[in-house]
Amino acid sequence: MTQLTNNRQNDWCLSNFELFEKSLNGDSALHIHAIRKAAMERFAKLGFPTTRDEEWRFTSVAPIASSTFNAVLDYAPDGITEKNLKNLIVDGMNGSRLVFINGHFSRDLSDCGSFPHGVKVENLSGALKNDIGLVNQYLTRYARYDDNAFTALNTGFLHDGAFIYVPEGIVIEDPIYLVFVSTESDASFVSHPRNLIVVSRNAQVCIVEHYISVEKNSYFTNTVTEIVAGDHSVVEHTKLQSESLKAFHIGSMYVHQGPASNFTSNSISFGGVLARNNITALLDAEGCECTLNGLTLSTGQQHIDNHTTIDHAKPHCNSHELYKAILDGKSKGVFNGKIYVRKDAQKTDAKQTNKTLLLSDNATMNTKPQLEIFADDVKCTHGATVGYLDAEALFYLRSRGIDSEAARDMLTYAFASDVTDRVKIEGVREYLSGVLHARLEQGRSEG
Amino acid sequence: MSTETSTIQQLADRDYKWGFVTKIEADTAPRGLNEDIIRFISAKKNEPEWLLEWRLKAYRHWLTMEEPKWPNVHYPAIDYQDAIYYSAPKQKNGPKSLDEVDPELLKTYEKLGISLTEQQRLTGVAVDAVFDSVSVATTFKEKLGELGVIFCSFSEAVREHPDLVKQHLGSVVPYTDNFFATLNSAVFSDGSFCYIPKGVRCPMELSTYFRINAADTGQFERTLIVAEEGAYVSYLEGCTAPMRDNNQLHAAVVELVAMDNAQIKYSTVQNWYPGDKNGKGGIYNFVTKRGKCAGVNSKISWTQVETGSAITWKYPGVILQGDNSIGEFYSVAVTNNRQQADTGTKMIHIGKNTRSTIVSKGISGGFGNNSYRGLVKIQKSASNSRNFSQCDSLLLGDKCGAHTFPYIEVRNTSSKVEHEASTSKIGEDQIFYCKQRGLSAEDAVNMIVNGFCKEVFRELPMEFAVEAQKLLGVSLEGSVG
Repeated sequence: MTQLTNNRQNDWCLSNFELFEKSLNGDSALHIHAIRKAAMERFAKLGFPTTRDEEWRFTSVAPIASSTFNAVLDYAPDGITEKNLKNLIVDGMNGSRLVFINGHFSRDLSDCGSFPHGVKVENLSGALKNDIGLVNQYLTRYARYDDNAFTALNTGFLHDGAFIYVPEGIVIEDPIYLVFVSTESDASFVSHPRNLIVVSRNAQVCIVEHYISVEKNSYFTNTVTEIVAGDHSVVEHTKLQSESLKAFHIGSMYVHQGPASNFTSNSISFGGVLARNNITALLDAEGCECTLNGLTLSTGQQHIDNHTTIDHAKPHCNSHELYKAILDGKSKGVFNGKIYVRKDAQKTDAKQTNKTLLLSDNATMNTKPQLEIFADDVKCTHGATVGYLDAEALFYLRSRGIDSEAARDMLTYAFASDVTDRVKIEGVREYLSGVLHARLEQGRSEG
Repeated sequence: MSTETSTIQQLADRDYKWGFVTKIEADTAPRGLNEDIIRFISAKKNEPEWLLEWRLKAYRHWLTMEEPKWPNVHYPAIDYQDAIYYSAPKQKNGPKSLDEVDPELLKTYEKLGISLTEQQRLTGVAVDAVFDSVSVATTFKEKLGELGVIFCSFSEAVREHPDLVKQHLGSVVPYTDNFFATLNSAVFSDGSFCYIPKGVRCPMELSTYFRINAADTGQFERTLIVAEEGAYVSYLEGCTAPMRDNNQLHAAVVELVAMDNAQIKYSTVQNWYPGDKNGKGGIYNFVTKRGKCAGVNSKISWTQVETGSAITWKYPGVILQGDNSIGEFYSVAVTNNRQQADTGTKMIHIGKNTRSTIVSKGISGGFGNNSYRGLVKIQKSASNSRNFSQCDSLLLGDKCGAHTFPYIEVRNTSSKVEHEASTSKIGEDQIFYCKQRGLSAEDAVNMIVNGFCKEVFRELPMEFAVEAQKLLGVSLEGSVG
């Protein structure tokens, strides 16, 4: 019986795939199409996960599986102009900007900037034609789809997204800004953006991925980002997820770190009715530094899930993880932080902290830090707390003449800014500060 | 490093010093499991109709269940039809005196500081008239009887106090609970029953009695402890002494019920046969233990020291139902050679102002794998509740593993939950410091490990704390990290 319902739930994905194959025309002969087909077969076998899967125990994707989303097969500007985009995106970003509308690259709204020779900042479907040799070396090699249905689905529909390649020794000063816009539509639709970021030896880059929507309607974004950080490279990745409050967002990021590379991820989520962020970082050489920061702001009926995996495969690597969540209304938060220390990964230093602030009695937090250690000469700690605002701190502020609402806001803001202050790009920090203030005000008018 | 490896090698090569077989003539049920076998067990024990019905209900439910696969332990599939589910010991043909007992075994007893009479009891030597266990048991029983404390075997309780058993059996661990608890409900052999009436403080550690009286309770034990309003009891299960046992699978169930202002302290020391250095043989210890703080201000405290068994898989939990109730869990789990342990606790906060503390210490050596898996759940009704968890792991080699899987679920804003975990090894500088002070490397490791476990040992009843410390020394003999 379950098998039957499962199959029916896959139906919309499979029929989407037929349409997608047709829309590709001659392109279906390419090497990449064999991978798409294999991934789709894998997806058909896996089906959507249920809460019986340990990885999805607290997050039910039944609303995604049981509804029907249509694939967007062609680019259409859908009324998006520079003007209405401006209100939604981060102000004051100096660098280049790539804009994707419902998963398709918009050349009109993008500014690919000018870069030193060899640097590629372009859209993936273009790169699949122009730089196929380079792309094939990396694409789908890090995002494993054999055990993750959503990654398999994304790989099946792999078509467009950002492709960034930084050759040896090049430092890109200004952040590269990737904007994924979802537009209004009568029927609910799905997009599968796929990004590939390759940073070679001694290179540096800073990337911002931003997911936004123009209208507050229901749609589904299923995104995958692959990042390859070469020897001594420095990569900072920031993901801002501010989808519409009716949207579904599943995002997976796969990071592969080379010797002495330094990778930082900031993942800030405050949109979506159901959102899930997966980050998998493989520290595959000695001397890696990996920093994962995360912040969740949720209210109403939102359900935001963060799953991270740091895999210490080699010795002498450090990882630091800080994830915070502020939950209001009837929202639900989930955190699962896995740290693996493999047998030979001696002298590992891994630190993980997860803190949650509950602002409402109807909010729920499920947290599961998880350490799996197979080496003996390591330092691994994790800490998790769930609690409320410190009564003494509130009293202190009130004794200084600050009213209780302002005092609560101040402390909540401080709790969140611990994470947002770690973002290096000033524009993003200011943007987040604005979002935080707006959320606090909204919470106050509701409460 | 080479000397280190060689000492670890020695440790791995160490044999189970107390493995031997006692032939017992027994009244045995045929192999296999079906409704007739359950009727046979029930008839053998002269059980009332309701209990047989309960067993059969459990069995029918068990048939619909699947063996759980989620724990982080690995073992070959168990053939449940190939086991004997009832075997009552008739008569022993043990050694005639201590002189016939393996001297190695006696040496271990000496190290643990176990008295001569108890040594006789444990090795199965025919006990002489002076130390007749029956008479000793009777003395204890009289003393407890004066206070109204009921402490007897489970089958006796079913006969003598059927109402109490009927009221509480399955009230904490229902027969539908999990695969192994359901199996236990269907075929449980015997166990202990303990009832402390209102306002009574049990004058002795019930362990003392248990150690002498209940050495052969068998494979599917069932323990039920009920503390009425304002009562207090401290109970010690198991034994620091090595336990001989022929059963591969142990699926016990322990239920504790604490009424208003009552307190139950339950301590376990488990040192069953862990299997040989290749992981062959050894006991599978799959236990369901749960306490219910049913009344206000009640308190249940679990303390466990797990050094034996090939696989230990248990999560003593507390349901904090009464307002202001307290749950505690203190654990030391040691895995050596090929031993595996997946253990932890569940704290379910339902009542207001409930508090729980979890302290778990895992030590892995050889190829051992040690997992902490715990759940802290704060229900919406549990305002102002509080939890503190700490789980630390110590690794004594580079082939062992430590894992933590804490689950935290919070649905209440006025509650506070804290969780901390760390993993480390014994520092070379620490060993160096001790050696410099004239201690041998082995003593140094012993001392450091004992320091690591101190928080838990402190919770054990005094004499067992001393024994447990020595036990740890024996378990880790030859291990220098």
